[in-house]
Amino acid sequence: MKIEPYASFTGTPVPDNVPSAELAPELAIEARGLVKRFDGFIAVDGVDISVPRGAIYGILGPNGAGKTTTLRMLLGIIDPDAGYRRVLGTERPTEVARRIGYLPEERGLYPAMKATEAIAFLAALRGVPLKEGRRRGRELLEEHGLGYAADRQIRQLSKGMAQQVQLLGTLVHEPDLVVFDEPFSGLDALNQGKLERMIRSLAERGTTVIFSTHVIAHAERLCDQIAIIAGGKVPFAGPVDAARDRLRPQVRLETRAQYGVWRAALPADARQEGRFWFFTLPESGVEPLLRALIEGDAGILSLSIERPGLHDAFVSIAGEAAARALEESAQESAEKVSEKKGRR
Amino acid sequence: MLRNHFAAAWVIARRDFCAVIFSKTFIFFLIGPLFPVFIGAMAGAIGAQVSRDIDNPVIGVAMPAQQGDSLVAARNGLAPKMSGFVPEYTVLARLAPGEKFDARTVLASKGVKGAPQLAAVITGSLEKPVLTATSERVDQWRGQVALIAAEAGFAAPRTYPAVAEDKIATTAAKQHVDLAVTAQAGQVLLFLLTMLLAGMVLSNLVEEKANKIIEVLAASIPMDALFLGKLFAMLAVSLVGIAVWGSVYGVLIVMGMKSVPFLAAPAVGWPLFCVLGFLYFAMAYLLLGSLFLSIGGMATTVREVQTLSMPVTMMQLMVFFFASYALARPGTWIETVSQVFPVSSPFAMLAQAAQSPVLWPHLVALVYQAVWVGVIIRVGTQLFRRTVMKSGPARGRRGWFRRPAGATAR
Repeated sequence: MKIEPYASFTGTPVPDNVPSAELAPELAIEARGLVKRFDGFIAVDGVDISVPRGAIYGILGPNGAGKTTTLRMLLGIIDPDAGYRRVLGTERPTEVARRIGYLPEERGLYPAMKATEAIAFLAALRGVPLKEGRRRGRELLEEHGLGYAADRQIRQLSKGMAQQVQLLGTLVHEPDLVVFDEPFSGLDALNQGKLERMIRSLAERGTTVIFSTHVIAHAERLCDQIAIIAGGKVPFAGPVDAARDRLRPQVRLETRAQYGVWRAALPADARQEGRFWFFTLPESGVEPLLRALIEGDAGILSLSIERPGLHDAFVSIAGEAAARALEESAQESAEKVSEKKGRR
Repeated sequence: MLRNHFAAAWVIARRDFCAVIFSKTFIFFLIGPLFPVFIGAMAGAIGAQVSRDIDNPVIGVAMPAQQGDSLVAARNGLAPKMSGFVPEYTVLARLAPGEKFDARTVLASKGVKGAPQLAAVITGSLEKPVLTATSERVDQWRGQVALIAAEAGFAAPRTYPAVAEDKIATTAAKQHVDLAVTAQAGQVLLFLLTMLLAGMVLSNLVEEKANKIIEVLAASIPMDALFLGKLFAMLAVSLVGIAVWGSVYGVLIVMGMKSVPFLAAPAVGWPLFCVLGFLYFAMAYLLLGSLFLSIGGMATTVREVQTLSMPVTMMQLMVFFFASYALARPGTWIETVSQVFPVSSPFAMLAQAAQSPVLWPHLVALVYQAVWVGVIIRVGTQLFRRTVMKSGPARGRRGWFRRPAGATAR
């Protein structure tokens, strides 16, 4: 189905200082230096994001990091105070709204609408004729095992079911880009798995999927690329592997002996838990350490080198960013205080 | 147990009290009682003024020189002592002996200098006055004229002269009054039809905000389209209401309801007046609706909407009073202002349709009003985006009609 973009009443002018040659056509979303302030508070502070077409892209961050604000700016719901965005080849996201599906964090449908009507309504908002929307709505509900709820009012459905109806309404117009804000929240484990499969199948069909989450496991399983947002900034953006590679592998060592000269060969960050030792793989590699352990008669029972997970990478990157933000904020406060004193 | 109940009630009461006291709309709650008092006083004053201005008949005098002046002087002397309304007397002509005066022609002509609302003419002499007027006016004023003529003619009147009657079908002044009454009726109907608008439109966006569907709408369609769609839906709802009540009214007429008011045919004719009435109703609805939708859009809760509904209804009333007030002042700057001021314009122009047959101003007015609907929607959506959707720059740096902050490279 080909859906033509509608002409927007409002539009963001292309800034003069962004030559069109710089815009990468293979990107579904490109944003540079997005800034958003709310009453003096900087919610998003210079966010850069590049989402390749057809990718599954995760925006990770702790609560209040600026994920939702970033997504709302990308969708054109709100405008940035500064910065530049390009979505599906246009600087005006509202112009391509019919090619985008959006599931907001705060789900909501008209409670009096029947499930099929709700999906048809969401489809109509994106340019699909009502009749066609109803047909597709029924089809989608049947496909996802919700056929029995097709003629029930939203208020008669459970929260999880209503959420699924909205999710189907987000996809009913077969968008090129789907934006999910915390899509897994409120879903049980079974439905979370179903949603993961759905996201994968969307990407297989060439749809670009971008979602925000603070549950790292979903991103690790699904995403090709991620951006970590912390304190309104993006300390990391890139492939999941690159995020994991930011941390050195972790070593788990099990020894028979508890004491001995070999302990001097362990890195400074080594910590003991019973017979196990945990530490970061030294720059020099594992061979010198092994030699020292053998020569020191440590009695190696097991030794494993584990690549850090995305969770560890996230904690490290977001933690560093948060610490940096805290430091900057403290510095700013100190400057303000000294400025006030100077005035006095 | 009871203590726990009171403790729980206290928690709820404290929250509600603080929520109301510290809400932005609390000021309207505080000044709310002043509105009915203020509006009531205005309604009384303006209503009486309009009534006087619309129906302010003057009686012309055309008699031999001294007699005419004596009659006017007698009227001025007696009027303060008489109960009831005594029209102004004005000398139209001081007749030479044997000179005739055609009262019928003068009454039929519009715009007699010094007496724009000439409702009757007294000719003849003080002993034998002749009152030329419509039948109702003759019956109303015959006694007054006899008394004033007696006062003018004799130092101590004992007898009253017989007033000869010359009844005519209509006068220019009567036509003026009848058209003004039609205009006023049109305005009242227009006002009543738009009266219910405030409550309906004010709370219109609260549903979307409460259901959290506003985010999806904002991401899917332009905000202007959302506002416009809501306005047209409400307009359609109101038209259904009009159709229902119009049908009921029609049935009552057919069934022989006696109190159907008779109004003079408007200057543009009934068919065109009805068409213009419909168009001005739509414009009044869209203008006030867009304004109220914008105001209501700022409200976040039903309580805020309830608090806002009082001042908004009062605002509607003031617009109506202003248009009514201007109706009685044709050709003055007040009338011009009421026609130009966007929200009173449909009311003022409908009144003009009743009183003047010229059509082109209506075309201009409809276009002008449509432009204002667009402007109000535009401003309303910008405000909505800024204050509710939290879009746009943190501090207003740009013009109203530009997208607030799309893409400024850092």
